[in-house]
Amino acid sequence: MAELQLRGVEKTYGNGFKAVHGINLDVAEGEFMVLVGPSGCAKSTTLRMIAGLETITGGEVKIGEQVVNELVPGRRGIAMVFQNYALYPHMKVRRNLSFGLKLKRKPKAEIETATEEVSGILEIEQLLDRLPKQLSGGQAQRVALGRALIKHPEVFLFDEPLSNLDAKLRASMRVRITDLHKRLRDEGRPATVVYVTHDQVEAMTMGDRICVMKDGHIMQVADPTTLYERPANDFVAGFIGMPEMNLVKCVLTHDGALPVLTAGTQKITVAEGLAGRLSAQEGPVTLGIRPQHLQVVAPGTEGAFTGTVSNIEFLGHEVNLHVEVEGAQFVVVVPSAELDKKIGRGDQVGLRPLGASIHIFDAESGVNVSLPAD
Amino acid sequence: MAAFSYLPKHSGSGEREAPTQLEIKLRRKARINAALRYFLLAAVGLVMVYPLIWLIGASFKTNSEMFSSPGFWPKNPTIQGYIDGWQTSTPYTFGRFFLNSLWIIIPKTIGTAISCTLVAYGFARFEFPGKKILFASVIATLLLPNVVTRIPQYLLFRDLGWLNTFLPLWVPSALAGDAFFVFMVIQFLRAIPRDMEEAARVDGANTLQTLVFIVVPMLMPALISVCLFQFMWTMNDFLGPLIYLSSVDKYPVSLALKLSIDTTEAFAWNQILAMSVLALAPSLAVFFMAQKYFIEGISTGGVKG
Ligand SMILES: Nc1ncnc2c1ncn2[C@@H]1O[C@H](COP(=O)(O)OP(=O)(O)OP(=O)(O)O)[C@@H](O)[C@H]1O
Ligand SMILES: [Mg+2]
Repeated sequence: MAELQLRGVEKTYGNGFKAVHGINLDVAEGEFMVLVGPSGCAKSTTLRMIAGLETITGGEVKIGEQVVNELVPGRRGIAMVFQNYALYPHMKVRRNLSFGLKLKRKPKAEIETATEEVSGILEIEQLLDRLPKQLSGGQAQRVALGRALIKHPEVFLFDEPLSNLDAKLRASMRVRITDLHKRLRDEGRPATVVYVTHDQVEAMTMGDRICVMKDGHIMQVADPTTLYERPANDFVAGFIGMPEMNLVKCVLTHDGALPVLTAGTQKITVAEGLAGRLSAQEGPVTLGIRPQHLQVVAPGTEGAFTGTVSNIEFLGHEVNLHVEVEGAQFVVVVPSAELDKKIGRGDQVGLRPLGASIHIFDAESGVNVSLPAD
Repeated sequence: MAAFSYLPKHSGSGEREAPTQLEIKLRRKARINAALRYFLLAAVGLVMVYPLIWLIGASFKTNSEMFSSPGFWPKNPTIQGYIDGWQTSTPYTFGRFFLNSLWIIIPKTIGTAISCTLVAYGFARFEFPGKKILFASVIATLLLPNVVTRIPQYLLFRDLGWLNTFLPLWVPSALAGDAFFVFMVIQFLRAIPRDMEEAARVDGANTLQTLVFIVVPMLMPALISVCLFQFMWTMNDFLGPLIYLSSVDKYPVSLALKLSIDTTEAFAWNQILAMSVLALAPSLAVFFMAQKYFIEGISTGGVKG
């Protein structure tokens, strides 16, 4: 129902620690934005500043047309779902749901209808007369979700809401939340969502767009496909994708028609599609190849690295092959059916990048220099 | 191979039916141990409660029997002590003194609960300039012997014209003057996560609403302990009323008991003891009524904090 804007938002904690370094972020009306990043990168801090639970020490936060920096949480038109549910322990589920509306002095009938509607959507009708301590984790999280939903907020804020649930429940809650988001959109009251997680599966499956953070800086904001296919820097490249992208120190030289990458004593030529974008680049770089984009070939093949198999992980339909190339570790994902059964630990294999699927990052800044300029 | 795996199974099931010699021995030892432990505990417990039992028994004795027989069981049980004691040697009955006690205790206890909650909430949840120094001084008053402040306090209340009123007994507590209680509630609050309060703020509650609707219900066990302690200590407080109350019609039970010693030439011990028993009753009753919450309150406040 409203867009959310962060303009140069900073946070310096009372002890002088600067957690957030002037971030800019636009979340469109009805958009599902995921904040993701390693532990301690200030995702929660950012979210709590939007919520008003943490003071903003620089920049401004706008919800709709209004700068909310100085507003108390209750007046920002937000609702928040906490990691450990934060249900009011002494209130029955029904009162937990209606507490916010009661504070706003909504008429009784309206509160009742709203409670019924929300508990219907979340299938918690039979839990309404229980206390929070009588709920399972999944049920408690649904109640917490209901408590947010019932207020029809402009912006929903989630702080790792699923991380206390087991894997199976997490998967079903994930679907429930995205379904709910779609449903609200279809009903013509789209909800703007900011969703914090450190789980990249959650991020990739739920987010319309994903904001990758590191140490209080935003590394990239993009939709999941872009993030995966065109990471802006080596951090995003390494953070998104399973298993992690192989990142190897190389030297880039231009002798002859095509640029050449040298890792240790081994050289490979860069595929033609990429060559044009690299003409300005030379010297030390980081080569990034996803494990899925490497092909196992005979050792010594032209245009391939040669290394020793150090470990083989069988995962069912595919196999993770760990290969050591002159001290650098590569992981290759090979479909089980295609793997040569004779390959074992200690064997020599060749690894060839598939076509133009490699990324080249500047060794110092980490910026991806191999992206098409568009 | 088959026989081998069969063997232990056989002996295992045999064991369950008939305990071995060793097992019987161990079991007997455990039983003796337990008996010994309980005997010791009961003996020590009895030593502790004996004065109380004696007190109750003696309150039914006649004054002449009091010191002539050492046992606690009265030979000729009589409630004369209660009847005479209740009448007192003053124009008032003991009922008056009980009412006075209540009239001191109830406002004081309510005041303590409210003020301690407010102060503890402030210290536990908010940052404000000078917080460290203020908190340190609260703790410092906790360490200060009560006696030290008696005289300055007396002078202060005299200048305010509060002598011979209940105000000096009420007001300090209603202004969170009992640092121990503040400290206890703070420790309890620290163990409660802030999430619920934050959720309430997001739900639109202001600070006071958060305190009343969210924090206080979660604090209940601690607050009940505070009220109980305050009730019992005030009931037993002797020095406070002694210093500030001068007219007999304002005397609480604790002073009235002393009164009956003062005014009778030959002490009517049976009356005194009978009234002591009555004086104990409210504290005991309140304690047993709230025992469950009380113990919960102390243990969570102490352990988690
Ligand atoms: N009250 C505080 N005072 C000082 N520093 C803090 C405070 N709260 C958090 N920090 C610091 O700010 C940084 C960001 O913390 P934050 O909780 O936002 O991380 P996060 O991204 O949510 O991590 P996680 O995934 O572990 O939840 C951390 O380095 C943390 O140590
Ligand atoms: Mg966090």
